Order: sequence, then C-alpha cells, then structure tokens
Amino acid sequence: MLLIYCPYCEEERSELEFRNGGDAHIARPTNMAEISDEEFEAYFFLRDNPKGVIFERWRHIHGCGRFFNAARDTVSDRFIATYRAGEPKPVLDAEPKTPATVETYEALEGAAQ
Amino acid sequence: MSGVNRISGAGRLTPARTARFTFDGRTLTALEGDTVASALLSHDIHLVGRSFKYHRPRGILSAGAEEPNALLDVSRDAARRQPNVRATVQEVFDGMKVASQNRWPSLSFDVGSFNDFLSPFFAAGFYYKTFMWPKAAWHKLYEPFIRRAAGLGVTPTEPDPDHYASRYVHCDVLVVGAGVAGLAAALAAAKAGAKVIVCDEQGEVGGALHHDIGTVIDGKPGYGWAQQTGKALAAMDNVTLLTRTTAFGYYNHNFVALVERVTDHLAAVDETLPRERLWQVRAKKVILANGSIERHMVFANNDRPGIMLASAGRTYLNHFGVAVGKRVGIYTAHDSAYEAAFDLKRAGVAVPVIVDCRQKPGEAVLEEARNLGIEVLTGHSVVDTSGKLRVASISVARNGGGGQRKIAVDALLVSAGWTPSVHLFSQSRGKVKFDAATERFLPGIYAQECLSVGACNGTDDLQATIDEALAAGELAARAAGAKGGAQVALNGRNAFEWTGGMIGAAEGAGADKTVKAFIDFQHDVCAKDIRLAVREGMHSIEHIKRFTTNGMASDQGKLSNMHGLAIAAEALGKEIPAVGLTTFRQPYTPVTFGTIVSHSRGSLFDPARKTPMHAWEEAQGAEFEDVGNWKRAWFYPKAGETMHEAVARECKTVREVAGVFDASTLGKIEVVGPDAAKFLNLMYTNAWDNLKPGRCRYGIMLREDGFIYDDGVVGRLAEDRFHVTTTTGGAPRVLQHMEDYLQTEFPHLKVWLTSTTEQWAVIAVQGPKAREIIAPLVEGIDLSNEALPHMSVAEGRICGVPARLFRMSFTGELGFEVNVPADYGQAVWEAIWARAEPMGACAYGTETMHVLRAEKGYIIVGQDTDGTVTPDDAGLSWAVSRKKPDFVGIRGLKRPDLVRDGRKQLVGLLTKDPKVVLEEGAQIVADPNEPKPMTMLGHVTSAYWSPNCGRSIAMALVAGGRARLGQTLYVPMADRTIAVEVSDMVFFDKEGGRLNG
Amino acid sequence: MADQAMATRKAPLEGLRGGSPAATVTPAVPASRIALRAPAESVSALSAALGVTLPVRPKTSASTAKRHALWLGPDEWLVIDEDGADLMAAAASSNALHSATDVSHRNTAVIVSGSGAEVAINSGCPQDLSLAIFPVGACSRTIFGKAEIILFRTAEDSFRVECWRSFSSFVFGLLSEGAIDAGH
Repeated sequence: MLLIYCPYCEEERSELEFRNGGDAHIARPTNMAEISDEEFEAYFFLRDNPKGVIFERWRHIHGCGRFFNAARDTVSDRFIATYRAGEPKPVLDAEPKTPATVETYEALEGAAQ
Repeated sequence: MSGVNRISGAGRLTPARTARFTFDGRTLTALEGDTVASALLSHDIHLVGRSFKYHRPRGILSAGAEEPNALLDVSRDAARRQPNVRATVQEVFDGMKVASQNRWPSLSFDVGSFNDFLSPFFAAGFYYKTFMWPKAAWHKLYEPFIRRAAGLGVTPTEPDPDHYASRYVHCDVLVVGAGVAGLAAALAAAKAGAKVIVCDEQGEVGGALHHDIGTVIDGKPGYGWAQQTGKALAAMDNVTLLTRTTAFGYYNHNFVALVERVTDHLAAVDETLPRERLWQVRAKKVILANGSIERHMVFANNDRPGIMLASAGRTYLNHFGVAVGKRVGIYTAHDSAYEAAFDLKRAGVAVPVIVDCRQKPGEAVLEEARNLGIEVLTGHSVVDTSGKLRVASISVARNGGGGQRKIAVDALLVSAGWTPSVHLFSQSRGKVKFDAATERFLPGIYAQECLSVGACNGTDDLQATIDEALAAGELAARAAGAKGGAQVALNGRNAFEWTGGMIGAAEGAGADKTVKAFIDFQHDVCAKDIRLAVREGMHSIEHIKRFTTNGMASDQGKLSNMHGLAIAAEALGKEIPAVGLTTFRQPYTPVTFGTIVSHSRGSLFDPARKTPMHAWEEAQGAEFEDVGNWKRAWFYPKAGETMHEAVARECKTVREVAGVFDASTLGKIEVVGPDAAKFLNLMYTNAWDNLKPGRCRYGIMLREDGFIYDDGVVGRLAEDRFHVTTTTGGAPRVLQHMEDYLQTEFPHLKVWLTSTTEQWAVIAVQGPKAREIIAPLVEGIDLSNEALPHMSVAEGRICGVPARLFRMSFTGELGFEVNVPADYGQAVWEAIWARAEPMGACAYGTETMHVLRAEKGYIIVGQDTDGTVTPDDAGLSWAVSRKKPDFVGIRGLKRPDLVRDGRKQLVGLLTKDPKVVLEEGAQIVADPNEPKPMTMLGHVTSAYWSPNCGRSIAMALVAGGRARLGQTLYVPMADRTIAVEVSDMVFFDKEGGRLNG
Repeated sequence: MADQAMATRKAPLEGLRGGSPAATVTPAVPASRIALRAPAESVSALSAALGVTLPVRPKTSASTAKRHALWLGPDEWLVIDEDGADLMAAAASSNALHSATDVSHRNTAVIVSGSGAEVAINSGCPQDLSLAIFPVGACSRTIFGKAEIILFRTAEDSFRVECWRSFSSFVFGLLSEGAIDAGH
C-alpha cells in the first residue's frame, strides 16, 4: 500500500485516503466547443501509459479533499515528487538507470523484450 | 509418559506439564510447548500423511514453517476445524483433535497409493496432455476424477465461530525475525531510542538457537541469552515484541503485514480474544533477519517417513527432548549436519554412519566425529532407501560407482546446506544476486528502506552476524530519527565453523526416468520431472515451474526452488543466474481468510446505510432493497399480499389519493458562492443564469464525451445558493466529478460544494391529496399553485422544524418533497402519516416509484441509460442549451458518432398482448424469422405492469427508435417471440394536467 | 407557531453504549455544525464572527469553550458547537466571502475514551495516532474501515469521531470491536 505525501496536508498518508485521477497536465481547451475531432481525440482519449516516470493526478479524497499532482515511477512505484494543482511540472533528475545485474525472471523477461 | 522417544533430561520442556490430544482417534500425551510434530515423534510416529499425487507415505520433514509434508486436520471442536495445518508449527493444547489427510480408508492402507504404480501416467504436465481426448470424456470422467483428487484436506462446512482483529501500527524500525540477528538488531535499535516492533513466527524468540546448542553469546548459552534478551526487549516501552507472529507480506513503501496467532495454542480460550490478529505495519525502516532454511538432499526415494532435515532432528532433540529414532543415519553435503550426529550420539542414540557426498568436509567436524566414534563415509552418496511406511535402511555407494552397502536406520537426517530466506526481500521488489562461490541468491539491489542481516543476508559467521545486526539496528534507528542511547556490543562464538552445501540432484538421484528423487514433496515433483520439462521445451524457470508445478504448493517451494533451478540449469546447460529465479510473492506462509477479512464480516462487512425513517418502515413491514449501500423501502405488503399486489395497490392509491415516499437517499449537494450559477452552467447542459431564486429545474450532467452522467432537480434557494440533487447511486461520483472540474479546470470560480445528502430527510408526498395532507403542518409557506407552482422551492417550517419544501414530482401527480434536518425525519414523517393514513393514502416504496415514473416516461439514469446515451438519444435535447459557449460535454456531443442517423433512441414499447410484461434487458429485432445471428435493434431498459394503464408498459433503446413509432417489432425469448408496438414514452396523463392537482 | 407540536430530534446512535474497560465508545450529544469554506482573506473576519480562530495549519484545530474549528483542507473547516448554537447566523454575520452549509444532522459523533482509544481507532484507521504525530487538538479527515471519518483528539486518551449519520452504526460497531481488542 502506497504512502503518499499530500502537498496540502504536508504529511505522508496511506493510499487508502487517496484516489488516483489519471494523467496530469492535460489542460481542458478553453475553446472546447471549437476544437477539431483530432484535437478532441488527443485531449480526451489518448494517453501514453509509460514505463517509468508518469505525471499523474491524485485526490486526497478522504483527507483534505484537494487534487494534486505527482511524479511517480511506474516500475518501482516510487514517488519522485508531489506538488499542488496548478504548479508546473517539476524538473526531475535524469531518469534512474536500470540496475545492471538483475536476477529475477521478470527483469530477464523485460530485458528480452 | 509422554512418548517412548522422549529422552530424560533432554530438551527444554517441563515433563510434569502434559497435554492430551488425539491423532486419528488415538489418544496421546504431549508436553506443554510441544508442536504436534514433536509430540507425534515422541511417540515414534513418523507417518503422518500421504502425498498429493502419488499418495506415498510421508513423514515430518522439518521443524518449522517450511514443512511441506506434515499437513494435518486440526480441530478444537465441531465448528473449529482447520485442514492443512502444519504439524511443525501448530502447538499442542489439551483436548485438540488431529487427523491425517489425503488417505482412505486409513493412513497405513491407502487405496490412492495405487497412483504410485500408475505414476508413468502422472508425469510432469500430465494434466495438460492426458485429459485431452476423447472430448466427451471430459465432463463425465476426467473432471469428476480431477475434482475428487484435487486439493489437500477437507474444507470446513460450518461458519467460523472465531473472530479476528486488525490493527494499523507505525514504528521506526520493524525487525522481522528474533533469532540472533533479529534480537541483536532490535536491541541496538531500541537502545538508540527508536520505536521498534520485532516479530517472530515461533512461540519463543531464538530462531536457530532452538537447535544450535553449540552457540555461546555474551558468555551464555545461545538459547538462554535469547530468552533473556527477549524479556529485556519486551519490558522496554519503545518495543513491541510479537511471538507466534509471521511477517507474511512486504508491500509498497515499507508496509508489512503480520499475522499474530493469538489463541491457537491455548486450551481454554477467552472469548473476547481474537483467534488471530492482523498487524498492518508501516515502518520507517525494516530489518530483515529471517534466517535461512535448510535444504534436503535429492536422491532416490528420499521421501520416506523418518527422513528429515538435520536441523529438524536437532530441534526435536535439543528443544523438545525427542530423539527422532534409535538408529539415526546422516546424509549431508554440509558440516552443520555433523552437529546433529554429535548431539544424538551424546544423547545416547545410535548413529551408524555419516554419509557425506563431499570428498573434503570441514576438518573440525571430521575430527569430532572421529572422537565420538561415528563412522564417516566421505565421497559417498545414499543411492536408495527402503522401508514401506518408515525408512528401514539406506543404500550407500562411493561416488562414481562401485558396490552398494546397505545400512539399517530408522531415521535419516539430511542436509544439502542452507538457503537464505530472501522471500520478504524479494516481495519488497529487491533484486537478488547470485553468489557463485556459495551457490545462493542473496539480497542485491534494495528497492525499499530495508536491510538484511545475518543468515538471510548470507552472513555465516556468528560474530559477523552480531556485528552486522547491531550496526544495522543502530543505523536504522538513527535514520528513522532516533537520537538517544547507548551503543550495544555483544560477542558470540560457535562450536564449529561450517562449510559446504550443494544444490540440485545428488549422485543417487539417478539419470533415468523412473527414479523418484523428490524435490517438491507436497506436489510430488522429482528431479526427472524437471529434466522432462526441459526436454519438452520449457526453457524459462517460470515455464518449468508451471509445467511441473514445482514450488507451487502451499509451501511455495521453500525447500524445492533452489534444487529445481539447479537441475534445470544443468539440463539446459546454462549458468544458474541465466535461468533466473522465480519472484517470491505474498504471503510467505498461508494466511487464514479470517485474518484477511478480520472485522469485515457480518454487520461490519459493509456499511448498511439506513435513512432516518428506516425504523418506521421496518415496523410497517416494508421489504427493503439494496441501492448501493443504502437499504431502501421497496414495497409495503399488507398481510397476505404478494409483491405484485402490494405494488399494484400502492400505484393506484398514489394516483387516486396520495402516497408518502422516503426519498432521503437522493444525493444532495449544496452549491454556494457568487459564481454558483456560472459553475452549474459548465457542469450541466442547461442554462442556470435565468433560474430565479425559489424555482427549480431538471438538469442533465454529461461527461466530456457527451454521454449522460447523471440527472436531477436543482433548486435555487438564493442568488448564490443552489440545492442540487443527484441519483441515489450517483451522489459520490457526481461530487467527485464536480470537485474535479472546480479544482482543476475552473479554480477561478468563487463557489464551494458540500455534500448534504445526509443532512436532510426527504419525505415525498405525491398525489391529488398531497397538499391537503401537509398543509396544516406547514408554517410560513403559501402552498397554492400560484405561490408555489410545479418546480419551485421555499424555505419555512413543518412541524415546527426548519424545512426546504420542494414542489416537484417524479410521479406526474401534484407533489411535494419535504426536506427536514435528518434527526427530525422520523417525527415529521409520523406527523405526515398521521394525516395521510386516515385519508386513505399509502406509504409506497421504490418499486411503485419506478412504475409511476415509467407511466410518465421519466428516465432513470443507469437503468434507461448506460453510459452510451446522449440527451438526444433519451429524448431530452430540450434540456441542452444551444446558447452557452461551453459546458462539460459540449464538444463530445458533436462527435461524428453522436450525431449520426440511426442511433439508439429511447422509446416506449407496448406489447400486442397487454398482459405480457417484457423482461428488462431483452433484445429487440425487426424480423423474428431472420437466421441467427439476428440483427439486434436494441434492448428493453424498463418494463412493468402498470395498474393505472391496466396493461404492461416498457421503455427501450431502439436504433432509429423515434422514426419507428407505430411499427411492430419483436422480442425473441427462449420460449416464444413477443410482438410489440413502438410508442412514445408517456403512457399516462399525456397532457400532464395532474401535476397541478 | 405556538400551537404546533415541535418534532423531536432523534439522533442515530441514541442510547447506544459500547467498547471495553480499555476504551469506552459512546455517542456524543447532538451538536450544531457547519461545513465552512472560505478564501484566506476571509479567515480573520470569519474567526471574529464565529468567536474561534480558524486554524490555517494542516491537522490543527482551535477551540473556545464548546465551540471547535477543525482544519480539514486549505479552505475548509468543520465548525462544531456542542451547545447547538446557530453557526450559520454567526458565519453570515462576518460579511466576508464564504460558503457555510448546515451539516448538524449530516454528521454524528462518537466519543472514544480510555487508555486503549488509539488502538481502538487504529483497528480501522491507517493514520499514526501516537501523541508525537497526532497530538491533543490534532484533527483530520481520514478513513475508518469502509467509512470516512473526521478524527479529533480532545485529550491524550480521548477522541471525537465524526461521521455521516448513515455510516454511524458501522463506525460505532467497528470502534466497539476495536475497543475490545484494545483491552488485550
């Protein structure tokens, strides 16, 4: 169970108090009524699902109620940063290197791909 | 006497304190502190079960949690019976009943053992091949056979009468394991001032010190030091010491789940005690000190009862005072087993031979063996065993061939060395690395805030273990923020340094295809099966595992994984790291469902949400239906009435007189602030600027893709205050949806949202006499059509308490919805009922509400819509503003698929035979004679018997539905085809005059 | 109107008692409550109007006699008056931008008291309730089993647990079980 730092409560809390809200930094077009089908598709449907760092939204729904953003490594589930809604994406250090010697099957399988 | 094998003066149990139990009906005496295994062995009982596949006789292999064989059925009473209990873990209590499993008619004569002779048919992967044909045999023959044979033990049929508890707990340092390493680490962390939890799966602390009597720590015998240290730790305010507690799961961010077995070892149980307690620990730092597990030797017929791990033999002797035999042989690849021989010999047990497959064992143990007069055969292997229900002899041969020598034994202790327990480390997503020199996987790259110390970290030397553990304890404590305290120093020494170890098949495992040299005892996987899997093309250890089921039994391969891997690597001609290790998963050992469920059972399984009027409804005999977590009054049957009759009566009464309905579960959100109307403009398709205070409007909420998300009536109480209602089930997600947009897309708006669902009890009074019923109870509100017309709201008082009175209707009748603060709900309801009942009105439930709204063609979101329905599809395009520049869903509505011709539209359906009520969900076609697959035009969404129309009515989503008015369509059912006519959706009072009474 | 009978208030947990010697579990007396939302610039005016200083630090509360203001979020407070005073009117008198909504009947409260109170609540609440992390006066919206609660520590060994009324029997039941286990 994840431990998530809420930037409003300024404390780490159990995942049970939170709800994930999908990808972050996807702004709703201000001219929504006018955008093309392709723009709508990109805005509403298309997501990257990266292996590695993802910027995502969380809501501290059973806490302060606020939405905020997080940068999380989808492989290790490590939170690199959490920050308040409306704040820009933080600049992250270079992506962590994949460990050189890995012995579990999962890692071997990943390498084989 | 507590057993023929109990050796006077040996072990740590008190001879005077006995407990009686039965094994397969035979009454036996044990000592307090015995495990079932030690008690059985004290009576010279080795045979305790039959293997899963071949039904071979099996004995006790270990003295710990890794036990694959000795799985027994243990019961306290009729309702408290548990199958598959490990005899090596379960402590004996007075009065317990123990039974063997997987045998019929008896343990010593088991019909299923015929499987052993049929074993060529049960080769690895047999179930993927054997039962393939003929196809027809599957249902009649194969499946019943497999089902009868599958599984060990018999599931209890009674509900579990015990209760289970759960606790969340936080600490600075969690230490898993209370052997030398764990105790030292805990001591150092605790002395540094950290809040420490230390847990161990055994009944007492000490770990390997249970068997290893040659260890001296701080000048004291190891086991004594451990008990003393455990007591000291338990006495510290900042330490929680948990015995009989297994850390079974290491999850994200140092969340570790422990199960504490609270009462399973007690004869008399305090009913307020939970049987088990789940500890959900969040630790800043975790120290893994879970030791290592001894491996068995892989050779022909290595599974006979009486063959067990050398350390287990030492535990039974040194801790329980039980000799596992009278002539005990040793077969080893590791020095540690020699000490078992020494202990037994000194206790007066005959040790005819130590067979060591190595040419060069450790010098020190060799010398001691010579001193004690024990014959040692180095460079030899045990190539076979004999004995039907218990090992009777071993056949020994020099490695590389030569004559066999048969040696009589009644027990054989084996050791192939020690496997570090990296289970929890692996669960934490740490990556193990292979140490080629010692042929073992050790913690490599850490993924979480944890440290491994001692045997699980590959640290063999005692002093090195102590130093490593003390350092880790202090480091973890300080890293977790502890500041205080004294440093700890300890010294320790072992009787002998140990060398050696092997993985894979020993010489006696045979290269041929018939030798049964077991790797996985519980699943009957032999060395030959691994080789077969490789020959059949399995190259990945994960595939080999699944093909052979090696390591897939309830012991999860604690003994078998390394052997299986080594044999696979050899067969594949690869290095072990290149074959890879399977990933360890939670739980480490089996966990009861009771512990996982914990408090969440019975009334605490899920909150049962009840309205303020629930007690009244119950007293009236209402039947309830579940809507989400809510209990809603469904209908109110009078004596002798069926549901159909009750609903018909309620439907008629509401339209003829009036009805009273509990609408409290309706979601309610208070939208407050100067920008409230602006916000609602964005959230709903309707326009809200022009709604005057005191008036209401039906609103539709879309998702961004243009589909209906929710609907409800919104009342404007003031310029800056709206009372929004949602569907009962939709309340939480609508609030989440609104908060999402407000916080992240429209944060500039000055408006705030508050859930008021539960603030208000809502009493709907509907029907021609509705006004007459409530009028005398209401103060400060003019109820006339002029002052309070349909779709309006006013604040005043009813029965003396503040009320929001809505004039609205979900029945098509003159109607009011009385909102009063919830704690007054029942009193106000009773006051209304006191007036309504004498007038001939009724209380009605959700079923009648559904019928009445369907008679009027009002939709229910989630029943008549399914997440792919637009306002236009539902015939609600009038509610979509054409003037607003933006609202959620405005762009989605213009998507090509949402504006195309032929979309499914909501229409009414009238069956040609008015008595036939359609089934909700039934499909609709144009041509009932079309060959299958037929072209399906849509489906029935709502269907009822309408007492007020005197016929059945239905609503349906039909492709191009509104252009089909008057057409005949068909609803094919399993037994007949029903003809229907497409109609509009208003079946009753098409002009709507009744709304005004 | 004087001649009209005033409907009587019936609290959802009326008459219930639970728990163990380690932690008693009892319903709190009915109180008045508002859900208060306001921007930072309104805080001082609202504090003056309510007679209690709205806390602005996470997880903190402020109390004046029997009136308590609990920080729930950066612009959100739960204000409780144990004497049942009209908090809506008090907030309105601030004349500052805010949203106040009466939730007196939406919430109900359970008092958990005794040496085992922490353990009882930790039977379903994942927060660290040790005094160092959750001191007297601390408050937080959180989760308790399958219900949302607001937790308010009123003394070293006493908590006020607020929840929505329809969840109260669940919360009361789980607290009672937790309290029994806390005795061991």
